[in-house]
Amino acid sequence: MSWVENRFEDGLIITSLDWALNWARASSIWPLTFGIACCAIEMMATGASRFDFDRFGAGAFRATPRQADLMIVAGTVTYKMAERVRRLYNQMPEPKYVMAMGACTVGGGPYFKHGYHVVKGIDLVVPVDIYVPGCPPRPEALLEGLMRLQDKIRNQTLARTPELAAADV
Amino acid sequence: MSPEAVLSRIGERFADAIVATDAAGPHPHAVVRPERWREVALFLRDDELLRFDWLRCLTGVDDIEDGLLTAVYDLHSTQSGRTPEANWTARSEIAIKVRVPRDNPRIPSVADVWPAAEWHEREAYDLLGIVFDGHPDLRRILCCEDWSGHPLRKDYEFPLEYHGIPAVTEFGQTRPQH
Repeated sequence: MSWVENRFEDGLIITSLDWALNWARASSIWPLTFGIACCAIEMMATGASRFDFDRFGAGAFRATPRQADLMIVAGTVTYKMAERVRRLYNQMPEPKYVMAMGACTVGGGPYFKHGYHVVKGIDLVVPVDIYVPGCPPRPEALLEGLMRLQDKIRNQTLARTPELAAADV
Repeated sequence: MSPEAVLSRIGERFADAIVATDAAGPHPHAVVRPERWREVALFLRDDELLRFDWLRCLTGVDDIEDGLLTAVYDLHSTQSGRTPEANWTARSEIAIKVRVPRDNPRIPSVADVWPAAEWHEREAYDLLGIVFDGHPDLRRILCCEDWSGHPLRKDYEFPLEYHGIPAVTEFGQTRPQH
């Protein structure tokens, strides 16, 4: 939506359009099928019927980054894997969101001191929207992370924000 | 066969190749000179009494206090029992240690003696830098191809960055503490 963003002042039409667009975006966050390590087991449990990610419209795990809105980085990211993570992120269409799931992706986790091969936080590789700590996080924590991401999406606006107006973008 | 019997059998044949033996400890083993290791390996596999046909594990150890790198070969015989059932229950196991200096760690490869050694030797090369002469495909197996250094050496320095990803955080560079 970049062609329409940052062009209009805040107003009744824009805020109504914002509401509709954000409702649509927040209600169908399709995650990327991207389980790297043990956190993926909890992510699978979240997607299955007991916890049911699909209640939030986020149950359609896409096998290609080109159809995905959300990358849940679920597991230990090594330096070898980090380049693939970055490439997958670059292949996702806008608007795109990243959730760092588990201690390893938040900050290196148990590998922080002795792991020569683990990236000390996935935010060194791709921009992260939501951090879900835990080792691994329970499905409830992942659902909470998704709801906080929905809050974030609902606060987006097409209007020209004061910060961007000052920068004259 | 008991570990004592195995060690005496290879000891009488290769008296000059065996540096030390330990039959009583929890991990019975013989230390073999690297230049004789291939002969000993073929004897261990093909001798009709020993028949160590399975290389169960290959471990690399960094003995930095002695200035040595050690490759530990855990061997198991599946053919030593009198009945097929006893092949897996009769204890016929021995470990062979080959010790080489840290500054020139070269061991003859046994990838053609036990095919399981091929990937294990690549792993020991990748993580500890032991060079296995005669290996058919001695490349890194776990780390990236352009990784520098051998990470499980005890004097290994962690990288400061890898392909633009910093390994230094606001808490300083992470280091192992040995």
